Amino acid sequence: MNNKSIENILALSNDLRWKIGDDFHDNLAEGIYADAAEIAGSSVSSDNQKKRFRLDSKIDKIVTSRTWGFPIMFLILGVILWITIEGANYPSSMLAQLLLDTIHPVLKSMAAGIGMPWWLSGFLFDGVYLALAWVIAVMLPPMAIFFPMFTLLEDFGYLPRVAFNMDYLFKKSGAHGKQALTMSMGFGCNAAGVVATRIIDSPRERLIAIITNNFSLCNGRWPTQILIATIFIGAVVPESFSGLASLSAVIGIAVLGIFFMFLVSWALSRTVLKGEVSTFNLELPPYRPPRFWKTIYTSLIDRTLIVLWRAMLFAAPAGAVIWLISNINIGEESIAYWMIDFMDGFGFLMGLNGVILLAYIVAIPANEIIIPTILMLTVMVGGIAGGVGTGVMFELDSVNDTAEILRAGGWTLLTAINLMLFSLLHNPCSTTIYTIYKETNSVKWTTLASILPVIMGFIVTFLVAQIWRMF
Amino acid sequence: MVRSKGQSACDSCSKYSAKGLKKLGLKTDNMDFVVALAGNPNTGKSTVFNSLTGLRQHTGNWPGKTVVRAEGAFEYNAKKYKLVDLPGTYSLLSTSQDEEVARNFILFAKPDVTVIVVDASRLERNLNLVLQILEITDRAVLCLNLMDEAKRNNIKIDHRMLSRDLGIPVVPTSARFNEGIPDLIHTINEVAEGRIVCKPHRIKNVPKNINKAVKKLSLEIQKQFPNLPNSRWIAFRLLEGDTHIIDALKTGELV
Repeated sequence: MNNKSIENILALSNDLRWKIGDDFHDNLAEGIYADAAEIAGSSVSSDNQKKRFRLDSKIDKIVTSRTWGFPIMFLILGVILWITIEGANYPSSMLAQLLLDTIHPVLKSMAAGIGMPWWLSGFLFDGVYLALAWVIAVMLPPMAIFFPMFTLLEDFGYLPRVAFNMDYLFKKSGAHGKQALTMSMGFGCNAAGVVATRIIDSPRERLIAIITNNFSLCNGRWPTQILIATIFIGAVVPESFSGLASLSAVIGIAVLGIFFMFLVSWALSRTVLKGEVSTFNLELPPYRPPRFWKTIYTSLIDRTLIVLWRAMLFAAPAGAVIWLISNINIGEESIAYWMIDFMDGFGFLMGLNGVILLAYIVAIPANEIIIPTILMLTVMVGGIAGGVGTGVMFELDSVNDTAEILRAGGWTLLTAINLMLFSLLHNPCSTTIYTIYKETNSVKWTTLASILPVIMGFIVTFLVAQIWRMF
Repeated sequence: MVRSKGQSACDSCSKYSAKGLKKLGLKTDNMDFVVALAGNPNTGKSTVFNSLTGLRQHTGNWPGKTVVRAEGAFEYNAKKYKLVDLPGTYSLLSTSQDEEVARNFILFAKPDVTVIVVDASRLERNLNLVLQILEITDRAVLCLNLMDEAKRNNIKIDHRMLSRDLGIPVVPTSARFNEGIPDLIHTINEVAEGRIVCKPHRIKNVPKNINKAVKKLSLEIQKQFPNLPNSRWIAFRLLEGDTHIIDALKTGELV
């Protein structure tokens, strides 16, 4: 390769660039458009082409209108959540009956039959197996209902309309309008949402989108919200309204997350990430009727089973850890007892308790296992089972039984509300943290993105607890 | 040959042997050819990708779903193809990361065939990207996708005329319903094996002074790199002051 002639080429290009002037880029772009118009003109013909576009734009006029855009959004989300809440209870209790009431005792008695030492059968069946069983019973039904519906909505083409509705708000908070899309992606999975920020070309706005993506309630956290809302929020109103009340609570939390996303975006763009808002074109794709069964099938396989598999992968070791820390004693009491005892005071300040805080530490790898972890810890350490023994689970037939465990563990409405808040405002799961690091290549931004939500969670739950106790 | 029920004419056509197609999923080693899938967002690239490789990359109806390139493979007539699904972009002229991923792949990885997927009902807008890609590579196939939607909208496209104007083969498809996919595979194979030679359209409506400058510069580039198929496009980029391309020229990456 001759370096000199490359220098020549570059010199020539610099020279020519001066000669042709500034509007080279625009001229070229116009040239391309002109060519495109010519070619399309000679091969495309259409009679009453406008017809279908008119239907699309009629729908768009309603779903993206100033007045109806947001109410329709909440209505759609509400309907999806309502179906999930109503539909998940029955299969959940069936799964619990099968996995916990039927299979677990069989495994235990088999272990006793072959003379397995108590600690091994405890470790395997009361720790690992039960954690897995609880994850499946608690998580699978809501996911299997929620994800396919969400995917249908996505395939229909509604998400870009959501982005369109919110664009204005993002701009006001100094962020990129496309962040609305990455936010929607985050409602599925924050790690995916963080990767999706690549569609944002300005590095400043991309960082804002990455840091605030965690405020989108993800796959792993929807079931927690739905379950806790069903148990505690639904219980304080007359039974005929309980479904409505719990779904309003969940929507409230999701909206609060969006609010925090704007707030933090706004704060970042006014402080550490100052800069101009870039403009962009958002294309509203045509509505496409989804291929119903295919979508159901792929969303079950791709989303539900993958998320469940991930939850199980993390739940097994978590179950082992839980069993170990509640069965290894230091002095009179187990390690778990001491840890919970240590954190109880701090937990009380935040309207939570030591069990919840410990659960959030055990469950850093995956948000999905929070509820199972809390239940196991409550039962194992609290010894609520009426003398079944430390580290041994008992029957959990339905949502009602879950409620009984938690109430026995000293939970109140405040605990429930603050758990929902803390589930929204805490560090991202380890996968997301790793993804943020890979995308930003910076320890600083990764740390900020991980710590910021926890601090906000502490502050918000603390404030709520203090105000609650004043009345 | 006995035609069984449910087969399309393509399946039994002598030109296309369904037996010759094997979806290889993720097994992308020892490949004979590399095929890139490019196109605007939301034209069904991922659906085409899935139906060729047998993979189930999630597809969704919103722009910007694919931001990283996905890879898969298929085998046709004993030749193995690696298929790369590039992020959907409207153009290759700006610098967002997804556009760069797409551009760099076509430019530096030099795929044997680039399949450009376009939305048949929005052809004119989609041609913007097509014309830019045709400046970079001269081995391309146009996949005129979403024909079902175009039909519903009463849009008729003379794909032979389009093929003549663009100088590359054009295959109408409805990937969601697997229509036209056999024909697409066959055409990819023909281009890869060199049995179809493309004479891609080059942008014509360029102002005179720019055209002169570009000609002068690309002649110089051609002298230095006689094997470069896209000297004109490199000239465009150099005139734009694209630092990536300047660097690539210096390091010899382009050749």
